[in-house]
Amino acid sequence: MKRERLANGILTAVFIPLCILYMMPVIIVLYNSFKPNALINTDTFALPTAQTFTGMRNYVEGITFGNYPFLNSAMNSLQITVVSTLLLLLCTSMAAWYMSRVNDLFSRIVYYLCIFSMVVPFQMVMYTLPQTAMRLRLNTPHTIPVIYMGFGAGLAVFMFVGFVKGIPLEIEEAAAIDGCNPVRTYFSVVLPMLKPIYISVGVLEIMWIWNDYLLPYLVLDKTLYRTIPIHIQYLQGSYGHVDLGAVMALIMLSITPVILFYLFCQQYIISGVAAGAVKG
Amino acid sequence: MRKKKTRPVHAGLNSQLIRRSMQRWFPLFLLPTFIAFCIGFLWPFLQGIYLSFFQFKTLDNMNFAGLQNYLKAFGDASFVSAFWQTAKVAVVSIILINLFAFAVAYALTRGIRGANLFRSVFFMPNLIGGIVLGYIWNTIFAGVLRGYNTALALNSTLGFWGLIIVLCWQQVGYMMIIYIAGLQSVSEDMIEAARIDGANSWHVLRHITLPTVMPSITICTFLTLTNSFKLFDQNLVLTNGAPMVFDAGQQIYTTEMLALNIYRTFTMNWKWQGVGQAKAVMFFILVAGISLFQLSATRSREVQQ
Repeated sequence: MKRERLANGILTAVFIPLCILYMMPVIIVLYNSFKPNALINTDTFALPTAQTFTGMRNYVEGITFGNYPFLNSAMNSLQITVVSTLLLLLCTSMAAWYMSRVNDLFSRIVYYLCIFSMVVPFQMVMYTLPQTAMRLRLNTPHTIPVIYMGFGAGLAVFMFVGFVKGIPLEIEEAAAIDGCNPVRTYFSVVLPMLKPIYISVGVLEIMWIWNDYLLPYLVLDKTLYRTIPIHIQYLQGSYGHVDLGAVMALIMLSITPVILFYLFCQQYIISGVAAGAVKG
Repeated sequence: MRKKKTRPVHAGLNSQLIRRSMQRWFPLFLLPTFIAFCIGFLWPFLQGIYLSFFQFKTLDNMNFAGLQNYLKAFGDASFVSAFWQTAKVAVVSIILINLFAFAVAYALTRGIRGANLFRSVFFMPNLIGGIVLGYIWNTIFAGVLRGYNTALALNSTLGFWGLIIVLCWQQVGYMMIIYIAGLQSVSEDMIEAARIDGANSWHVLRHITLPTVMPSITICTFLTLTNSFKLFDQNLVLTNGAPMVFDAGQQIYTTEMLALNIYRTFTMNWKWQGVGQAKAVMFFILVAGISLFQLSATRSREVQQ
């Protein structure tokens, strides 16, 4: 036992520097966001000194830089992520409940199609999906949630069906006998029981949609609408002079909400990931 | 615990009670998802297969091309090179990510101090999307390589290892979570019994821990495999395929992987859009094949237990 405690102490001592090393990329970007542009290029790893510290200048420049305001991109990202996730959770969980309880031929066909969609890479619909979206006017941040719901339905339905199967039927039957119609049964009996799987699916969808680049890049009208990943890609890819300080600041601005989200919902995120991986 | 029989879920007589009344609500429950699924997946997917047999500029301007697109795709040296690049990245990342992830998970499940904090740190990069992640590392790589007067996009070996480093940094935490879940199911009693019988740490790891976490190993292996095959964002940001070389008059982007190659084929020249779609179909068959193989592999493991 004593030997084991010593070994564990050594492990802790090894892991502390390892973790700091692991965080280094983010830390480096963080302190570079307070350095002048020229110095980022020539002396990436030097800490800002009293003379070189630029305060919030890079942040102000980053937010105002370019012809598309960063705050608009951030708002688009937020709106698309929140609306798509809520819509997807509600609709696919209702569909999954229906499918596993009714279980007729049509339900089974849709279920297997959903499973099938999970193995199809995005490149397969890279040309055709934006075309369809454009024809149906689904190419704005207000309507793109329909696309996300359609393309993301596979995993969500799969996880929800797996969970619903484990819920005893008797509870819903009791509700039916007491005079609940299916809508009421869903919202007051089934939905509360689905809470853990709602969180797991929600976490996976949020992580996917918030960070997604290619789908919104191809589907949205980019002169009018950008998301954070598109914005950052445009900033770097823009011709001529790139203000590295501004880029560092925007990277920090775009990962801060993610890290805050992580700090507050860590246990849900980690269990959600574990649940999703084991099933997917 | 886990029932894998999918078909008749609760098709017993009792369920008739709610089944009938539910079917009347079909338009509310199933229809919205089904319509969105058709718009966002099914129709574009079928159209994609259809289009792979055409040369097209827009959807209103297309000529039947038979298998021409597929033949062109096979004859495209850049596609072949992208395939091998993808395979290389897949093999190396599978090995490195899983080794690191397992080692970290193993260390963190021994009840050491600060394990929760360490776990959080290792998982953190997963929340950062591929594009932003790529730019973070671009900064680091540029800073390091400037001293050697080179850059990631100038040397295909550097480009390859740069991508591997980024992938490890991103995915080790994710796989670690899965391994931790697996390791936590290792029976304490069994380990204790083995210890009493005189097993040392290595014996325990080899004969108790590893067999128990075998399902996690399968899952993580396939996850890293499909992740590498579908990889796009990081590839785009880090090198965008550079450096480019000419091989028998054809442009080859040496660090380009399959997803990026398909993207480039679509955007390069409209005459190649059909070829891009044909490549996408083949890519789909490849990824779907891997996934089906995974399914059968995990199924057979479950039977064993």
